[in-house]
Amino acid sequence: MKWETVIGLEVHTQLATKSKIFSGSSTAFGAAPNTQASAVDIALPGVLPVLNRGAVECAIKFGLAIGATLNRVNVFDRKNYFYPDLPKGYQISQLAKPIVEGGALKIIVEGEEKTVNLTRAHMEEDAGKSLHEDFHGMTGIDLNRAGTPLLEIVSEPEMRSSAEAVAYARALHTLVTWIGICDGNMQEGSFRVDANVSVRPVGQAEFGTRREIKNLNSFKFLQQAIDYEVRWQIETLEDGGRIEQATVLFDPDSGETRMMRSKEDAHDYRYFPDPDLLPVKLDEDWIERVRAALPELPVAMQARFQAEYGVSAYDAAVLTGSRALADYFETAARACGQGKLAANWVMGELSAALNKAELGIASSPVSAAQLGALIARIQDGTLSGKLAKQVFEGLWEGAGEVDAIIEARGLKQMSDAGELEKIVDEVLAANPKSVEEFRAGKDKAFNALIGQVMKASKGKANPAQVNDLLKTRLQ
Amino acid sequence: MSDASLSTLAAQLAAKQVSSRELAQVYLDRIAALNPAINAFITVDPDKTLLEAAGADVRIAAGNAGPLTGIPVAHKDIFCTDGWLTTCGSKMLSNFVAPYDATVIERFKAAGMPSLGKTNMDEFAMGSSNETSYFGAVKNPWNLAYVPGGSSGGAAACVAARMAPAATGTDTGGSIRQPAALTGITGLKPTYGLVSRYGMIAFASSLDQAGPMALSAEDCALLLNAMTGFDPRDSTSLEREKEDYTRDLEKPLAGLRVGLPREFFAEGLNNEVAAAVEAAVAELKKLGATPVEISLANSKLAIPVYYVLAPAEASSNLSRFDGVRYGYRAPDYANLDDMYCKTRAQGFGAEVKRRILIGAYVLSHGYYDAYYLQAQKIRRLIADDFSEAFKTCDVILGPTAPGTAFKLGEKSDDPVEMYLNDLYTIPANLAGLPGMSLPCGFDAKGLPIGLQLVGNYFSEAKMLNVAHQYQRATNWHAHAPEGLK
Amino acid sequence: MSLSTDDIKRIARLARIETSDAEAAATQAQLNSIFGLIATMQAVDTAGIAPMAHAQEVYQRLRDDAVTESDRHTTFQAVAPAVENGLYLVPKVIE
Repeated sequence: MKWETVIGLEVHTQLATKSKIFSGSSTAFGAAPNTQASAVDIALPGVLPVLNRGAVECAIKFGLAIGATLNRVNVFDRKNYFYPDLPKGYQISQLAKPIVEGGALKIIVEGEEKTVNLTRAHMEEDAGKSLHEDFHGMTGIDLNRAGTPLLEIVSEPEMRSSAEAVAYARALHTLVTWIGICDGNMQEGSFRVDANVSVRPVGQAEFGTRREIKNLNSFKFLQQAIDYEVRWQIETLEDGGRIEQATVLFDPDSGETRMMRSKEDAHDYRYFPDPDLLPVKLDEDWIERVRAALPELPVAMQARFQAEYGVSAYDAAVLTGSRALADYFETAARACGQGKLAANWVMGELSAALNKAELGIASSPVSAAQLGALIARIQDGTLSGKLAKQVFEGLWEGAGEVDAIIEARGLKQMSDAGELEKIVDEVLAANPKSVEEFRAGKDKAFNALIGQVMKASKGKANPAQVNDLLKTRLQ
Repeated sequence: MSDASLSTLAAQLAAKQVSSRELAQVYLDRIAALNPAINAFITVDPDKTLLEAAGADVRIAAGNAGPLTGIPVAHKDIFCTDGWLTTCGSKMLSNFVAPYDATVIERFKAAGMPSLGKTNMDEFAMGSSNETSYFGAVKNPWNLAYVPGGSSGGAAACVAARMAPAATGTDTGGSIRQPAALTGITGLKPTYGLVSRYGMIAFASSLDQAGPMALSAEDCALLLNAMTGFDPRDSTSLEREKEDYTRDLEKPLAGLRVGLPREFFAEGLNNEVAAAVEAAVAELKKLGATPVEISLANSKLAIPVYYVLAPAEASSNLSRFDGVRYGYRAPDYANLDDMYCKTRAQGFGAEVKRRILIGAYVLSHGYYDAYYLQAQKIRRLIADDFSEAFKTCDVILGPTAPGTAFKLGEKSDDPVEMYLNDLYTIPANLAGLPGMSLPCGFDAKGLPIGLQLVGNYFSEAKMLNVAHQYQRATNWHAHAPEGLK
Repeated sequence: MSLSTDDIKRIARLARIETSDAEAAATQAQLNSIFGLIATMQAVDTAGIAPMAHAQEVYQRLRDDAVTESDRHTTFQAVAPAVENGLYLVPKVIE
């Protein structure tokens, strides 16, 4: 039996507003318990919600960025259920008339482009936190997080593998941080993924029963959880069992998903429009202002990078992984006028060094301007590629600017034809076997000779010149 | 003194004939003497009251007095009052000292009116007789064997018994107007959105509205001035230019068209009430008004609609009472779930539990369209009836309640019979229109009869004008219960 | 519309109100009487009527995104049934 995996993702993004969605409490992370929980947040008798304009603006930005429909009139509904981190006994969310509907996101999976459609995105409030460390057998409730604005982003069930799901989640993460509506800090819970997973025999039109894996806060866990769940579902079905709709949690230690404790009656949420709030109206002026202020979006930038700097589609996608990275690349590319080289350096040498040092692009010791200057020196023949790496290291260590380092370390590429000819002749004389082999048709011998020349010149020879000289000599 | 109008009291205070402290003491003494029999108050704190009165005296002396400064007022125990027990008539909040002031309370404090205490009420404002309170039933000052109406029964009783010259109430389905009618006082429910709901413990959010209760329309107008105003903390609070609700009190009624809904004078209406209301219409005719027959054809659906919408909203509003952050928590429980279930089973009374169950049911999966959505649609039909009616009349008049006060315990077994008390008052809540009740006679048992006025949106000044002119020409509102010294 | 005691127990469960079989039976008659009252509105033809959620045709006012609240947890927790280290305590939550 061949099985097809069907995945839809619901992503909860905490919006980067200063205050909460329905109260004037701060949203800052890490405060002492319940010190950012106002009367409204803790649902004292008699309190009422008032909507934060900033949260709405974030939602508008997102809707525009994914080409979705913005519902000019949208409504808040109450989702009723009991849980200690939900002070009112209901969550204010949007059901029937969400602020954003439709939209799409382009993802790249294993080099292939795919468009994933979104169903909707709606505003809602976050719940508080339960601290399960024992307080003599009790759980501690911190309501600082209660009321933080969320945008719940729902995709169509169009992903067919964990790889696609991760690619989508990454692209979404990039987008929401790119447009500045979310800080993307997954450890702090700013970006949380729920995965709806089901399987069906290939060719079957109906979807299988899905299970929902909740609260995945890393791309690695997302992938592991889906892979486990899919295997489990297939095994269960192949053993003749049935899949029951359920909500499950992923346990990173065991790598398994397991059902959450009975939430059987949790799905009668008795939604109804919140009578304490009025319908939200978006006027055209506001939408246009937001649209005008949107930064160039990743997809548009990718197209432009390909056109302007000649980078490949793949490279363009990598370089637009974050706005900071894209800006860095563009600055470097403009400084040296060498788009492809700049791309290689940013994605190669620079990324490797940043990863090793566990730094983000924003903390790069080598500035984009410096990298641009470095590449310019390769381009004008001053530096060979290999020596350039040494200069890069110098920049990283803060040894000064490009030219100063070249000077100080004597890294200037040898271009004096006379000196070079001398070395080439010496190498040819010293390596008669290689010469013979080359003349006998073995191309590899040629590279060996180049290697010897580079070694003899301590890397300072210009490889192109060496190549030409050798060819001439060996004719 | 205890029958004096608010403006008279204000004048006496200004003339230094009496201080706020002295005035407060007069009422505190009456409360001490009369409240044990009437049970109109849940909390009285003479020290706090006198402290606030002293503050008012300072303002008066400094020349900073407003029209109501120094006059004491009683507050329905539904308004969160900083540092005061705020129980909402329930065991669930029997230990809840509110840590903040409702906007209404803030406004009265700003006006300089000391609080005489928190008045008794039907539990969570659900009731029409003030018999569901955890703190015991309130007695009608006109006859202690009878109910005062509800849910603002305590507020109505305390004004009727002259234990306070003014009180705040709330009205969701008639809870200001009906007790006002049954106790012979004047009470007004404003247009929805005029008075802030912030700090007013929610029953049915789209229907609840706070309003004044006093001995006359004129007094209600002054109190309304203090209570109304935009509040940024309440999303349903309306931003409008400030009005002076006393401005039209003295306008003559010539040319006024008074709409009489035929549905409000049909079967179910007690004969004595009908007679008293008809006499009131005749009185208004003498004053220059013209009665016009109108029809509110869908008003008979108001009760079923209300008993879907109000419980639905209440079932959600009352979910926060779970024993976690404040209020009652069951003493024994096996686990979290058990704690919720026992806390709420023990903390809520029977009527509240019934309404929560109804509300949860009509919102539950599969029933929403048939009940909740249907009710919202009929609500529009009811509102449209009024809009249509106001094309041919300026104010609508009818009885406030189908009968007069009934005996304690008489109707508390059959919820539906109790609900029918709100027949004439509920439509205005559903439409969001302002309504008021004022005394217009007595039945053979000596129990008060109330007439109701319903106005178009934002027409409080006109309603108060009609009521005031009627009260100038008659003196039903000046009668006081016997034997209350 | 007639509720069975099972219906009542299910709804009571949703509403987290402990209700014994006896209590469900006791309240059943009253609830069914109320539903009898409600039933009169079922039959009304409301095709094409827009539901009325609010009295006025007004839209939600928006608040500026600014922090206006300060820490009041000491005051608020003075009325809490169980608090420790600033946290509200409840019986252990099991997921």
